[in-house]
Amino acid sequence: MTVPAKQTGLLRRPRASTGFWSWITTVDHKRIGILYGITAFAFFLIGGVEALLIRVQLAQPEATLLNADQYNQVFTMHGITMIFLVVMPMSSAFFNYLIPLMIGARDVAFPRLNAYSFWAFLFGGLFIYSSFFLGGAPNGGWFGYPPNSVTDPTVGMTFYAVGLIITGIASTVGAVNLAVTVLNMRAPGMSFFRMPPFVWMGLVTQFLLVFSLPIITVALFQLLFDRRFGTVFYSPDAGGDPLLWQHLFWLFGHPEVYILILPAFGIISDILPVFARKPLFGYQFVVFSGIAIGFIGFGVWAHHMFATGMGPVANTAFGISTMIIAIPTGVKIFNWMGTIWKGDIRFASPMLFALGAVAMFVIGGLSGVMHSVVPADYQQTDTYFVVAHFHYVIFGGSIFALFGAMYFWWPKVFGRMLSERVGKVQFWFLLVGFNLAFGPMHILGLQGMSRRIYTYAESLNLTAWNQASTIGAFIIAVSVAIFLVSAIASFRRPKEMSNDPWDARTLEWSTTSPPPEYNFAKTPVVTHLDDFWHKKYVETEDGEYVPVPAGGAPVHDPGHGEGDGDDVPHDVHLPSPSYYPILSALGLPVLGYGIVFEGVWWLAPLGAVILIVPLFAWALEPAVEPSAEEH
Amino acid sequence: MDQPIHTSIDTDYPVHDETSTGLPNTKLAMWIFLASECLLFGALIATYVLYRGASIEGPFPGDIFDIPYTSISAFVLLASSLTMVLALAAKQRDDEGQMRLWLLTTAMLGMVFVGGQIYEFTLFTREGLTLSTNLFGSSFFVLTGFHGVHVTVGILMLLTLVGFSYARQLPGERGELSVEMVGLYWHFVDIVWIVIFTVVYLIPTGE
Repeated sequence: MTVPAKQTGLLRRPRASTGFWSWITTVDHKRIGILYGITAFAFFLIGGVEALLIRVQLAQPEATLLNADQYNQVFTMHGITMIFLVVMPMSSAFFNYLIPLMIGARDVAFPRLNAYSFWAFLFGGLFIYSSFFLGGAPNGGWFGYPPNSVTDPTVGMTFYAVGLIITGIASTVGAVNLAVTVLNMRAPGMSFFRMPPFVWMGLVTQFLLVFSLPIITVALFQLLFDRRFGTVFYSPDAGGDPLLWQHLFWLFGHPEVYILILPAFGIISDILPVFARKPLFGYQFVVFSGIAIGFIGFGVWAHHMFATGMGPVANTAFGISTMIIAIPTGVKIFNWMGTIWKGDIRFASPMLFALGAVAMFVIGGLSGVMHSVVPADYQQTDTYFVVAHFHYVIFGGSIFALFGAMYFWWPKVFGRMLSERVGKVQFWFLLVGFNLAFGPMHILGLQGMSRRIYTYAESLNLTAWNQASTIGAFIIAVSVAIFLVSAIASFRRPKEMSNDPWDARTLEWSTTSPPPEYNFAKTPVVTHLDDFWHKKYVETEDGEYVPVPAGGAPVHDPGHGEGDGDDVPHDVHLPSPSYYPILSALGLPVLGYGIVFEGVWWLAPLGAVILIVPLFAWALEPAVEPSAEEH
Repeated sequence: MDQPIHTSIDTDYPVHDETSTGLPNTKLAMWIFLASECLLFGALIATYVLYRGASIEGPFPGDIFDIPYTSISAFVLLASSLTMVLALAAKQRDDEGQMRLWLLTTAMLGMVFVGGQIYEFTLFTREGLTLSTNLFGSSFFVLTGFHGVHVTVGILMLLTLVGFSYARQLPGERGELSVEMVGLYWHFVDIVWIVIFTVVYLIPTGE
């Protein structure tokens, strides 16, 4: 039965399925994933340039490339960019693209909300960056400690508060959407303990976001109100306590570091078994340790504050809870070692990056345990030792794994391989550059070089290690440039990748590369963990796995479409594209400018209107046009 | 032939159009969102509690609160939860007219509450308590203001439902779900007010 499509919205429903407008109005989770990936990578390049500026400034004592104020802006923006605009959205890119495919769903639970999440993130990022042209970027560090962040007379920290609230909205709606997707949209037979580890870590990450973001939202509102509307939350003159900010910030900020690393754990847990040609060792342990990390992650925040004078009892409690969180993390490391132990290992690029991520994360994790020892922390805090630590975990853990994920899923997403040879070259550049850049920072920290200083005296004998570090940073830049060239070059190759180039284990490899808009022509029915693998291989009596049919090519589920419109199964209702997510998201930065600048206060109500009116149209617009049936 | 090896399939999985948990997507999303909101209000209330009695200069809570007045407006808000339930029940009986009536009543009670809050805020301001007067002013206005904004958003959603109902945009089960979603949000906002009212107005500060 076909109901005539009724024109209910304000605008005519977008129809384009290719070209520019189709990307603006898309609600396809795979396209949104690609948009997330490209945007995050662009911010990665910007954040990288900021890192190079920092390193050039510090390569020489008494350097004058940047003055103190510019330096503050650059390192603050470097931190904000890498955390909120690179690692989080890059993980989102993979979650968006892969979670529905991995659980055998056609789409996410709320396709338009997904688009909204992306646009709000993009506009939030552009909003923060526009501060460079509108009176100065944030300059109070990514942690924005008051009272400095309140008393600073430039608009930078107001941009910080409003911009992070906007990206927080993006993350919250994205997290709700993906959590519902995982909980509710699994294919028949895809029980929780048949989900790939990446989906599991994704689910934990979404819950961390849901529970930690509101806390920093409150802190950011308090900061914003202090700066713009005269509240006294963080004004010591009025009895306000800047430590409240630190508690709220780190109550968000510590779960945040797991929001950054858990996706990487999931990626590693999915890549290692494929290239070791063994199932993941101790799947349940990987899952439960991930959940444990999620819970304990909320109980350790004050280890960022040992030196603030909380007293010995609190310091001890948080020191111990911090040591405890190393246990589930260690469990994961041993699982990964067990996975590759006696494996039939192929050192393809994804595998190299995944192994690199594990190795680098272990170094960073160990220096993390050193911080949990309170007396040692008193010495290390606010030195370059901490900078070394968190770059080893966030860059070494997350970015390495994310590069591995790019190499691994590139053929699935684009139907083309990235060059394996170039990939290996890039890996070694990255590994060497990374260790040369951040290894010496341990030593610099122990020598007493403090964080966030914009220059140092020659007599301090810090020059040599700083120069080594700067050289390392440039080698990283070369590595990233190699990746960029390789990525662009891959598009000159024909789009002819088979469904399953890596002999992989999870559902997304059972459909075409790239997958059709509807993902699976027939909803898969799942009977195993690593179901796809079990469809390709059969266990012989002596426990060996042999391909099915014996000696034959991997089996692909018959009936998967080739991806052109003619094959759309007639019962598939695809979500229709929509203008309203991007329109509504556009209201957020407009509203933001009205709040930041008193002179253009009228932008605030205007932004609110732009935010709200499309929401009504959105509510009236059916998610799926009935006419979508008649392709 | 390319046959799957394992043909024995559990039969207790949900059919295609149902969700894995059995809950509709929107309802699950609303619960997760409200869980998130709990932490938002948690952080705001924690701030208020931390700064309780920390203000250096007045006015202090004891100087300005009119507890009977606020109790009445709290009662009005709580009553609106009842009318919200009646609205959903009417929708479930497929009685759109009754539903609109109860939704409008709920929205009106909400407006009385917000109006009462605006009046209270102006009164307090006149008595010398503003956002910037002291910690009490900052944390009181931001906490209750956030709650007031939530109630206002709820009123907008209620009025939207009424409008959609007139435009025949609340059909059958999907419409029922929409009313239930707004109801969940509305009850949440009411419950949060019980906590705020208790912590802010009823627990004496000892001043």
